[in-house]
Amino acid sequence: MWALLIRDLTLAVRAGGGFGLSLAFFLIVVVLVPFGVGPQSDVLARIAPGILWVGALLACLLSLDRVFHLDFEDGSLDLLATSPLPLEGVVVIKALAHWLTTGLPLALIAPALAVLLNLPGPGYLWLFVSLALGTPALSMIGAFGAGLTVGLKRGGLLLSLLVLPLYVPTLIFGAEIVRRAVDAQAIGTPLAMLAGLTLAAWACLPFATAAAIRINLR
Amino acid sequence: MSIWEYANPARFMRFSRTVLPWVSAAAALLILVGLIWGFFFTPDDFRQGSTVKIIYLHVPSATMAINIWVMMLVTSMIWVVRRHHVSVLAAKAAAPIGATMTLIALATGAIWGQPMWGTYWEWDPRLTAFLILFLFYLGYMALWAAIEDPDVAADLTSILCLVGSVFAVISRYAINFWNQGLHQGASLSLDQEENVSDVFWQPLVLSLVGFGFLFLTLVLLRTRTEIRARRLAALKQRERVS
Repeated sequence: MWALLIRDLTLAVRAGGGFGLSLAFFLIVVVLVPFGVGPQSDVLARIAPGILWVGALLACLLSLDRVFHLDFEDGSLDLLATSPLPLEGVVVIKALAHWLTTGLPLALIAPALAVLLNLPGPGYLWLFVSLALGTPALSMIGAFGAGLTVGLKRGGLLLSLLVLPLYVPTLIFGAEIVRRAVDAQAIGTPLAMLAGLTLAAWACLPFATAAAIRINLR
Repeated sequence: MSIWEYANPARFMRFSRTVLPWVSAAAALLILVGLIWGFFFTPDDFRQGSTVKIIYLHVPSATMAINIWVMMLVTSMIWVVRRHHVSVLAAKAAAPIGATMTLIALATGAIWGQPMWGTYWEWDPRLTAFLILFLFYLGYMALWAAIEDPDVAADLTSILCLVGSVFAVISRYAINFWNQGLHQGASLSLDQEENVSDVFWQPLVLSLVGFGFLFLTLVLLRTRTEIRARRLAALKQRERVS
Protein backbone atom coordinates (compact mmCIF):
# COMPACT_ATOMS: atom_id res chain seq x y z
CA MET A 1 0.00 0.00 0.00
CA TRP A 2 2.83 2.36 0.80
CA ALA A 3 4.47 1.58 -2.51
CA LEU A 4 1.24 2.36 -4.35
CA LEU A 5 0.74 5.59 -2.46
CA ILE A 6 4.29 6.72 -3.13
CA ARG A 7 3.98 5.73 -6.79
CA ASP A 8 0.80 7.73 -7.19
CA LEU A 9 2.22 10.75 -5.44
CA THR A 10 5.37 10.67 -7.55
CA LEU A 11 3.35 10.32 -10.73
CA ALA A 12 1.09 13.18 -9.75
CA VAL A 13 3.96 15.51 -8.93
CA ARG A 14 6.27 14.65 -11.79
CA ALA A 15 3.98 13.91 -14.71
CA GLY A 16 2.86 16.98 -16.53
CA GLY A 17 1.03 19.69 -14.74
CA GLY A 18 -1.72 17.82 -12.91
CA PHE A 19 -0.38 18.84 -9.54
CA GLY A 20 -0.17 22.61 -9.91
CA LEU A 21 -3.03 22.85 -12.34
CA SER A 22 -5.86 22.69 -9.85
CA LEU A 23 -4.14 25.23 -7.60
CA ALA A 24 -3.77 27.59 -10.54
CA PHE A 25 -7.41 27.01 -11.44
CA PHE A 26 -8.46 27.86 -7.89
CA LEU A 27 -6.40 31.05 -8.05
CA ILE A 28 -7.99 32.06 -11.35
CA VAL A 29 -11.52 31.44 -10.12
CA VAL A 30 -10.89 33.58 -7.05
CA VAL A 31 -9.32 36.32 -9.18
CA LEU A 32 -12.21 36.30 -11.66
CA VAL A 33 -14.97 36.68 -9.09
CA PRO A 34 -14.24 40.32 -8.20
CA PHE A 35 -14.30 41.16 -11.91
CA GLY A 36 -17.73 39.65 -12.07
CA VAL A 37 -19.32 41.11 -8.97
CA GLY A 38 -17.41 44.36 -8.61
CA PRO A 39 -14.65 45.44 -6.24
CA GLN A 40 -16.71 46.60 -3.22
CA SER A 41 -14.99 44.97 -0.29
CA ASP A 42 -18.12 44.48 1.81
CA VAL A 43 -19.83 42.55 -0.99
CA LEU A 44 -16.72 40.41 -1.46
CA ALA A 45 -16.46 39.75 2.26
CA ARG A 46 -20.05 38.51 2.29
CA ILE A 47 -19.65 36.06 -0.54
CA ALA A 48 -16.04 35.05 0.21
CA PRO A 49 -16.81 31.81 2.13
CA GLY A 50 -19.07 30.52 -0.61
CA ILE A 51 -16.76 31.52 -3.46
CA LEU A 52 -13.74 29.94 -1.81
CA TRP A 53 -15.61 26.70 -1.19
CA VAL A 54 -17.08 26.55 -4.70
CA GLY A 55 -13.67 27.36 -6.17
CA ALA A 56 -11.98 24.62 -4.18
CA LEU A 57 -14.71 22.19 -5.17
CA LEU A 58 -14.34 22.95 -8.87
CA ALA A 59 -10.55 22.74 -8.63
CA CYS A 60 -10.97 19.36 -6.98
CA LEU A 61 -13.24 18.25 -9.79
CA LEU A 62 -10.71 19.24 -12.42
CA SER A 63 -8.17 16.55 -11.59
CA LEU A 64 -10.63 13.75 -10.89
CA ASP A 65 -10.51 12.00 -14.23
CA ARG A 66 -6.84 11.32 -13.60
CA VAL A 67 -7.57 9.21 -10.55
CA PHE A 68 -8.17 5.97 -12.42
CA HIS A 69 -8.15 6.80 -16.09
CA LEU A 70 -4.41 6.73 -16.81
CA ASP A 71 -4.03 3.46 -14.95
CA PHE A 72 -6.98 2.06 -16.84
CA GLU A 73 -5.50 2.99 -20.20
CA ASP A 74 -2.03 1.54 -19.66
CA GLY A 75 -3.39 -1.58 -18.00
CA SER A 76 -1.95 -1.09 -14.54
CA LEU A 77 -5.46 -0.99 -13.10
CA ASP A 78 -5.91 -4.61 -14.23
CA LEU A 79 -2.69 -5.48 -12.44
CA LEU A 80 -3.84 -3.71 -9.31
CA ALA A 81 -7.18 -5.51 -9.48
CA THR A 82 -5.50 -8.90 -9.62
CA SER A 83 -2.91 -8.05 -6.96
CA PRO A 84 -3.29 -9.42 -3.41
CA LEU A 85 -4.30 -5.95 -2.24
CA PRO A 86 -8.13 -5.75 -2.23
CA LEU A 87 -9.52 -3.36 -4.80
CA GLU A 88 -11.24 -1.41 -2.02
CA GLY A 89 -7.79 -0.75 -0.55
CA VAL A 90 -6.53 0.43 -3.94
CA VAL A 91 -9.45 2.84 -4.13
CA VAL A 92 -8.69 4.23 -0.69
CA ILE A 93 -5.04 4.74 -1.58
CA LYS A 94 -5.94 6.39 -4.89
CA ALA A 95 -8.37 8.74 -3.20
CA LEU A 96 -5.82 9.50 -0.50
CA ALA A 97 -3.21 10.32 -3.14
CA HIS A 98 -5.72 12.58 -4.87
CA TRP A 99 -6.45 14.34 -1.61
CA LEU A 100 -2.76 14.78 -0.75
CA THR A 101 -2.03 16.29 -4.17
CA THR A 102 -5.22 18.34 -4.55
CA GLY A 103 -7.33 18.76 -1.44
CA LEU A 104 -4.59 19.44 1.06
CA PRO A 105 -2.76 22.04 -1.08
CA LEU A 106 -6.10 23.72 -1.80
CA ALA A 107 -6.85 23.91 1.92
CA LEU A 108 -3.36 25.32 2.54
CA ILE A 109 -3.52 28.12 -0.02
CA ALA A 110 -7.19 28.97 0.56
CA PRO A 111 -6.47 31.37 3.48
CA ALA A 112 -3.94 33.20 1.28
CA LEU A 113 -6.54 33.59 -1.47
CA ALA A 114 -9.10 34.63 1.12
CA VAL A 115 -7.08 37.82 1.56
CA LEU A 116 -7.95 38.72 -2.03
CA LEU A 117 -11.64 38.39 -1.23
CA ASN A 118 -11.36 40.36 2.01
CA LEU A 119 -12.58 37.54 4.23
CA PRO A 120 -13.20 38.87 7.76
CA GLY A 121 -10.65 37.93 10.43
CA PRO A 122 -12.15 34.97 12.30
CA GLY A 123 -12.87 33.17 9.03
CA TYR A 124 -9.29 32.25 8.10
CA LEU A 125 -8.67 29.51 10.62
CA TRP A 126 -12.07 27.92 10.02
CA LEU A 127 -11.72 28.20 6.27
CA PHE A 128 -8.59 26.09 6.52
CA VAL A 129 -10.14 23.67 9.01
CA SER A 130 -13.35 23.21 7.03
CA LEU A 131 -11.47 22.66 3.76
CA ALA A 132 -9.01 20.27 5.39
CA LEU A 133 -11.96 18.38 6.85
CA GLY A 134 -14.21 18.53 3.78
CA THR A 135 -11.87 17.96 0.83
CA PRO A 136 -11.27 14.29 1.77
CA ALA A 137 -14.99 13.74 1.22
CA LEU A 138 -14.72 15.53 -2.12
CA SER A 139 -11.82 13.28 -3.14
CA MET A 140 -13.60 10.10 -2.13
CA ILE A 141 -16.91 11.03 -3.81
CA GLY A 142 -14.93 12.08 -6.85
CA ALA A 143 -13.09 8.77 -6.88
CA PHE A 144 -16.48 7.08 -6.95
CA GLY A 145 -17.49 9.13 -9.99
CA ALA A 146 -14.13 8.41 -11.61
CA GLY A 147 -14.63 4.69 -10.98
CA LEU A 148 -18.04 4.83 -12.64
CA THR A 149 -16.80 6.58 -15.76
CA VAL A 150 -13.36 4.99 -16.07
CA GLY A 151 -14.32 2.86 -19.07
CA LEU A 152 -15.61 5.78 -21.12
CA LYS A 153 -13.56 7.51 -23.73
CA ARG A 154 -14.64 11.03 -22.96
CA GLY A 155 -15.78 10.61 -19.40
CA GLY A 156 -14.66 14.00 -18.12
CA LEU A 157 -17.82 15.98 -18.73
CA LEU A 158 -20.08 13.15 -17.65
CA LEU A 159 -17.96 12.78 -14.52
CA SER A 160 -18.70 16.32 -13.46
CA LEU A 161 -22.42 15.89 -14.18
CA LEU A 162 -22.47 12.80 -11.97
CA VAL A 163 -20.28 14.11 -9.18
CA LEU A 164 -21.52 17.68 -8.72
CA PRO A 165 -24.95 16.77 -7.30
CA LEU A 166 -23.21 14.43 -4.87
CA TYR A 167 -21.08 17.36 -3.67
CA VAL A 168 -24.08 19.37 -2.49
CA PRO A 169 -24.15 18.34 1.21
CA THR A 170 -20.39 18.73 1.62
CA LEU A 171 -20.51 22.20 0.11
CA ILE A 172 -23.45 23.24 2.27
CA PHE A 173 -21.85 22.23 5.56
CA GLY A 174 -18.36 23.40 4.60
CA ALA A 175 -19.40 26.88 3.53
CA GLU A 176 -21.76 27.12 6.50
CA ILE A 177 -18.86 26.59 8.92
CA VAL A 178 -16.94 29.53 7.48
CA ARG A 179 -20.03 31.72 7.29
CA ARG A 180 -20.89 31.05 10.91
CA ALA A 181 -17.31 31.63 11.99
CA VAL A 182 -17.37 35.02 10.27
CA ASP A 183 -20.63 35.92 12.00
CA ALA A 184 -19.27 34.66 15.35
CA GLN A 185 -21.98 32.01 15.69
CA ALA A 186 -21.63 28.51 17.08
CA ILE A 187 -20.04 26.23 14.48
CA GLY A 188 -20.31 22.91 16.30
CA THR A 189 -23.24 21.50 14.32
CA PRO A 190 -21.97 21.99 10.75
CA LEU A 191 -18.49 20.95 11.83
CA ALA A 192 -19.78 17.68 13.23
CA MET A 193 -21.95 17.11 10.14
CA LEU A 194 -19.02 17.75 7.80
CA ALA A 195 -16.77 15.40 9.76
CA GLY A 196 -19.51 12.78 9.75
CA LEU A 197 -19.95 13.17 6.00
CA THR A 198 -16.24 12.71 5.39
CA LEU A 199 -15.99 9.67 7.61
CA ALA A 200 -19.09 8.09 6.12
CA ALA A 201 -17.83 8.69 2.59
CA TRP A 202 -14.48 7.05 3.39
CA ALA A 203 -16.16 4.17 5.16
CA CYS A 204 -18.79 3.31 2.54
CA LEU A 205 -17.82 4.60 -0.88
CA PRO A 206 -14.67 2.48 -1.41
CA PHE A 207 -16.93 -0.57 -1.71
CA ALA A 208 -19.20 1.07 -4.28
CA THR A 209 -16.20 2.40 -6.19
CA ALA A 210 -14.47 -0.98 -6.23
CA ALA A 211 -17.69 -2.59 -7.46
CA ALA A 212 -17.92 -0.05 -10.27
CA ILE A 213 -14.29 -0.61 -11.27
CA ARG A 214 -14.77 -4.38 -11.31
CA ILE A 215 -17.72 -3.94 -13.65
CA ASN A 216 -15.69 -1.66 -15.87
CA LEU A 217 -12.78 -4.10 -16.01
CA ARG A 218 -15.04 -7.03 -16.86
CA MET B 1 -47.64 -14.54 -9.47
CA SER B 2 -44.20 -13.27 -8.60
CA ILE B 3 -41.98 -10.69 -10.23
CA TRP B 4 -39.57 -13.45 -11.20
CA GLU B 5 -42.00 -14.78 -13.77
CA TYR B 6 -41.66 -11.49 -15.60
CA ALA B 7 -37.90 -11.74 -15.73
CA ASN B 8 -38.72 -13.61 -18.90
CA PRO B 9 -39.14 -10.79 -21.44
CA ALA B 10 -41.56 -12.76 -23.61
CA ARG B 11 -43.86 -13.30 -20.66
CA PHE B 12 -43.54 -9.66 -19.66
CA MET B 13 -44.45 -8.58 -23.19
CA ARG B 14 -47.54 -10.81 -23.15
CA PHE B 15 -48.58 -9.57 -19.74
CA SER B 16 -48.02 -5.91 -20.49
CA ARG B 17 -49.86 -6.15 -23.81
CA THR B 18 -53.03 -7.31 -22.08
CA VAL B 19 -52.72 -4.87 -19.20
CA LEU B 20 -51.72 -1.78 -21.13
CA PRO B 21 -55.13 -0.80 -22.60
CA TRP B 22 -56.80 -1.03 -19.19
CA VAL B 23 -54.11 0.90 -17.41
CA SER B 24 -54.00 3.65 -20.00
CA ALA B 25 -57.79 3.93 -20.05
CA ALA B 26 -57.80 4.23 -16.26
CA ALA B 27 -55.12 6.92 -16.43
CA ALA B 28 -57.01 8.92 -19.04
CA LEU B 29 -60.31 8.62 -17.23
CA LEU B 30 -58.99 9.51 -13.77
CA ILE B 31 -56.88 12.43 -14.94
CA LEU B 32 -59.69 13.81 -17.10
CA VAL B 33 -62.29 13.54 -14.36
CA GLY B 34 -59.88 14.77 -11.68
CA LEU B 35 -58.70 17.78 -13.69
CA ILE B 36 -62.11 18.80 -15.04
CA TRP B 37 -63.67 18.43 -11.62
CA GLY B 38 -60.78 20.29 -10.08
CA PHE B 39 -60.63 23.10 -12.61
CA PHE B 40 -64.31 23.77 -13.19
CA PHE B 41 -66.35 22.40 -10.31
CA THR B 42 -64.47 23.53 -7.23
CA PRO B 43 -64.78 27.02 -5.76
CA ASP B 44 -61.93 29.54 -5.84
CA ASP B 45 -59.88 29.85 -2.71
CA PHE B 46 -60.77 33.02 -0.84
CA ARG B 47 -57.20 34.27 -0.73
CA GLN B 48 -55.48 32.54 -3.63
CA GLY B 49 -58.29 32.89 -6.13
CA SER B 50 -58.25 30.52 -9.04
CA THR B 51 -54.48 29.98 -8.86
CA VAL B 52 -55.14 27.32 -6.24
CA LYS B 53 -56.23 25.00 -9.02
CA ILE B 54 -52.70 24.40 -10.19
CA ILE B 55 -52.50 22.08 -7.20
CA TYR B 56 -54.11 19.36 -9.35
CA LEU B 57 -51.02 19.29 -11.53
CA HIS B 58 -48.40 20.34 -9.02
CA VAL B 59 -49.00 17.92 -6.17
CA PRO B 60 -49.42 14.76 -8.30
CA SER B 61 -46.36 15.47 -10.42
CA ALA B 62 -44.24 16.26 -7.37
CA THR B 63 -45.41 13.08 -5.65
CA MET B 64 -44.65 11.05 -8.73
CA ALA B 65 -41.22 12.66 -9.14
CA ILE B 66 -40.14 11.36 -5.76
CA ASN B 67 -41.90 8.01 -6.04
CA ILE B 68 -40.40 7.32 -9.45
CA TRP B 69 -36.94 7.71 -7.98
CA VAL B 70 -37.87 5.27 -5.23
CA MET B 71 -39.20 2.86 -7.84
CA MET B 72 -35.91 3.18 -9.74
CA LEU B 73 -34.03 2.49 -6.51
CA VAL B 74 -36.02 -0.68 -5.87
CA THR B 75 -35.79 -1.97 -9.44
CA SER B 76 -32.06 -1.20 -9.56
CA MET B 77 -31.58 -3.08 -6.33
CA ILE B 78 -33.49 -6.06 -7.73
CA TRP B 79 -31.18 -6.00 -10.74
CA VAL B 80 -28.03 -5.79 -8.63
CA VAL B 81 -29.09 -8.61 -6.35
CA ARG B 82 -30.82 -11.00 -8.69
CA ARG B 83 -30.12 -9.95 -12.31
CA HIS B 84 -33.74 -9.34 -13.22
CA HIS B 85 -33.39 -7.98 -16.75
CA VAL B 86 -36.82 -6.44 -17.13
CA SER B 87 -36.41 -4.74 -13.77
CA VAL B 88 -33.40 -2.70 -14.81
CA LEU B 89 -35.03 -1.84 -18.12
CA ALA B 90 -38.01 -0.54 -16.19
CA ALA B 91 -35.65 1.66 -14.18
CA LYS B 92 -34.14 2.96 -17.40
CA ALA B 93 -37.60 3.57 -18.82
CA ALA B 94 -38.74 5.38 -15.69
CA ALA B 95 -35.90 7.91 -15.52
CA PRO B 96 -37.04 10.33 -18.27
CA ILE B 97 -40.59 10.18 -16.94
CA GLY B 98 -39.31 11.07 -13.49
CA ALA B 99 -37.26 13.92 -14.87
CA THR B 100 -40.32 15.24 -16.72
CA MET B 101 -42.46 15.01 -13.58
CA THR B 102 -39.79 16.93 -11.68
CA LEU B 103 -39.80 19.60 -14.36
CA ILE B 104 -43.61 19.81 -14.34
CA ALA B 105 -43.57 20.21 -10.56
CA LEU B 106 -40.92 22.93 -10.77
CA ALA B 107 -42.67 24.74 -13.63
CA THR B 108 -46.15 24.68 -12.12
CA GLY B 109 -44.64 25.72 -8.80
CA ALA B 110 -42.95 28.68 -10.48
CA ILE B 111 -46.14 29.70 -12.27
CA TRP B 112 -48.04 29.56 -9.00
CA GLY B 113 -45.24 31.20 -7.04
CA GLN B 114 -45.11 34.33 -9.15
CA PRO B 115 -48.54 35.74 -8.12
CA MET B 116 -48.56 34.14 -4.65
CA TRP B 117 -45.05 34.51 -3.29
CA GLY B 118 -44.12 37.29 -5.69
CA THR B 119 -41.25 35.33 -7.20
CA TYR B 120 -40.79 32.56 -9.72
CA TRP B 121 -37.92 31.03 -7.85
CA GLU B 122 -36.91 31.02 -4.24
CA TRP B 123 -34.06 29.02 -2.70
CA ASP B 124 -36.47 27.23 -0.49
CA PRO B 125 -35.58 23.71 0.77
CA ARG B 126 -38.29 21.91 -1.17
CA LEU B 127 -37.62 23.76 -4.39
CA THR B 128 -33.89 23.30 -4.08
CA ALA B 129 -34.26 19.62 -3.27
CA PHE B 130 -36.32 19.18 -6.42
CA LEU B 131 -33.72 20.93 -8.51
CA ILE B 132 -31.09 18.59 -7.08
CA LEU B 133 -33.37 15.62 -7.77
CA PHE B 134 -33.61 16.81 -11.37
CA LEU B 135 -29.81 16.86 -11.58
CA PHE B 136 -29.72 13.31 -10.25
CA TYR B 137 -32.14 12.22 -12.97
CA LEU B 138 -29.99 13.95 -15.58
CA GLY B 139 -26.83 12.23 -14.37
CA TYR B 140 -28.55 8.86 -14.33
CA MET B 141 -29.83 9.24 -17.88
CA ALA B 142 -26.50 10.58 -19.12
CA LEU B 143 -24.70 7.55 -17.71
CA TRP B 144 -27.14 5.22 -19.45
CA ALA B 145 -26.64 7.05 -22.71
CA ALA B 146 -22.86 7.08 -22.47
CA ILE B 147 -22.15 3.36 -22.05
CA GLU B 148 -22.53 1.02 -25.00
CA ASP B 149 -22.54 -2.43 -23.44
CA PRO B 150 -26.07 -2.81 -22.01
CA ASP B 151 -25.12 -5.01 -19.06
CA VAL B 152 -22.24 -2.79 -17.98
CA ALA B 153 -24.54 0.22 -18.32
CA ALA B 154 -27.20 -1.50 -16.23
CA ASP B 155 -24.70 -2.35 -13.49
CA LEU B 156 -23.10 1.07 -13.33
CA THR B 157 -26.35 3.01 -13.41
CA SER B 158 -27.73 0.78 -10.67
CA ILE B 159 -24.74 1.54 -8.48
CA LEU B 160 -25.16 5.22 -9.25
CA CYS B 161 -28.84 5.00 -8.33
CA LEU B 162 -28.08 3.32 -5.01
CA VAL B 163 -25.33 5.76 -4.01
CA GLY B 164 -27.28 8.68 -5.43
CA SER B 165 -30.30 7.84 -3.31
CA VAL B 166 -28.24 8.01 -0.15
CA PHE B 167 -26.83 11.36 -1.21
CA ALA B 168 -30.24 12.62 -2.27
CA VAL B 169 -31.57 11.98 1.23
CA ILE B 170 -28.51 13.59 2.83
CA SER B 171 -28.89 16.58 0.51
CA ARG B 172 -32.53 16.96 1.46
CA TYR B 173 -31.68 17.37 5.13
CA ALA B 174 -28.54 19.37 4.47
CA ILE B 175 -30.69 21.81 2.50
CA ASN B 176 -33.14 22.03 5.37
CA PHE B 177 -30.22 22.99 7.55
CA TRP B 178 -29.00 25.52 5.02
CA ASN B 179 -32.19 27.51 4.57
CA GLN B 180 -35.57 27.58 6.23
CA GLY B 181 -38.47 27.44 3.89
CA LEU B 182 -41.28 29.36 2.35
CA HIS B 183 -43.14 26.32 1.04
CA GLN B 184 -46.27 25.19 2.84
CA GLY B 185 -46.48 21.82 4.58
CA ALA B 186 -47.97 18.65 3.18
CA SER B 187 -51.29 19.09 1.40
CA LEU B 188 -52.37 15.51 1.96
CA SER B 189 -51.34 13.21 4.75
CA LEU B 190 -53.01 10.64 6.88
CA ASP B 191 -51.71 11.70 10.25
CA GLN B 192 -52.12 15.46 10.06
CA GLU B 193 -54.97 17.67 11.17
CA GLU B 194 -54.27 20.36 8.65
CA ASN B 195 -54.96 19.13 5.14
CA VAL B 196 -56.47 20.95 2.21
CA SER B 197 -60.20 21.28 2.66
CA ASP B 198 -62.60 18.63 1.42
CA VAL B 199 -63.80 20.34 -1.76
CA PHE B 200 -60.25 20.36 -3.10
CA TRP B 201 -59.36 17.03 -1.58
CA GLN B 202 -61.48 14.68 -3.68
CA PRO B 203 -60.43 15.77 -7.18
CA LEU B 204 -56.84 15.96 -5.94
CA VAL B 205 -56.87 12.32 -4.91
CA LEU B 206 -58.40 11.42 -8.27
CA SER B 207 -55.68 13.17 -10.22
CA LEU B 208 -53.02 11.73 -7.90
CA VAL B 209 -54.18 8.21 -8.66
CA GLY B 210 -54.53 9.19 -12.30
CA PHE B 211 -50.92 10.35 -12.43
CA GLY B 212 -49.94 7.05 -10.88
CA PHE B 213 -51.71 5.18 -13.66
CA LEU B 214 -50.22 7.54 -16.22
CA PHE B 215 -46.78 6.67 -14.95
CA LEU B 216 -47.63 2.97 -15.07
CA THR B 217 -48.80 3.32 -18.67
CA LEU B 218 -45.72 5.21 -19.75
CA VAL B 219 -43.29 2.93 -17.96
CA LEU B 220 -44.90 -0.19 -19.45
CA LEU B 221 -44.81 1.37 -22.90
CA ARG B 222 -41.22 2.46 -22.58
CA THR B 223 -40.11 -0.86 -21.14
CA ARG B 224 -41.73 -2.63 -24.09
CA THR B 225 -39.87 -0.29 -26.41
CA GLU B 226 -36.62 -1.03 -24.61
CA ILE B 227 -37.17 -4.78 -24.92
CA ARG B 228 -37.95 -4.42 -28.61
CA ALA B 229 -34.85 -2.28 -29.12
CA ARG B 230 -32.80 -4.91 -27.32
CA ARG B 231 -34.26 -7.63 -29.58
CA LEU B 232 -33.52 -5.56 -32.65
CA ALA B 233 -29.92 -5.10 -31.55
CA ALA B 234 -29.61 -8.86 -31.02
CA LEU B 235 -31.03 -9.54 -34.50
CA LYS B 236 -28.60 -7.11 -36.10
CA GLN B 237 -25.74 -8.71 -34.21
CA ARG B 238 -26.76 -12.14 -35.45
CA GLU B 239 -27.00 -10.88 -39.02
CA ARG B 240 -23.50 -9.44 -38.82
CA VAL B 241 -22.09 -12.68 -37.47
CA SER B 242 -23.68 -14.91 -40.10
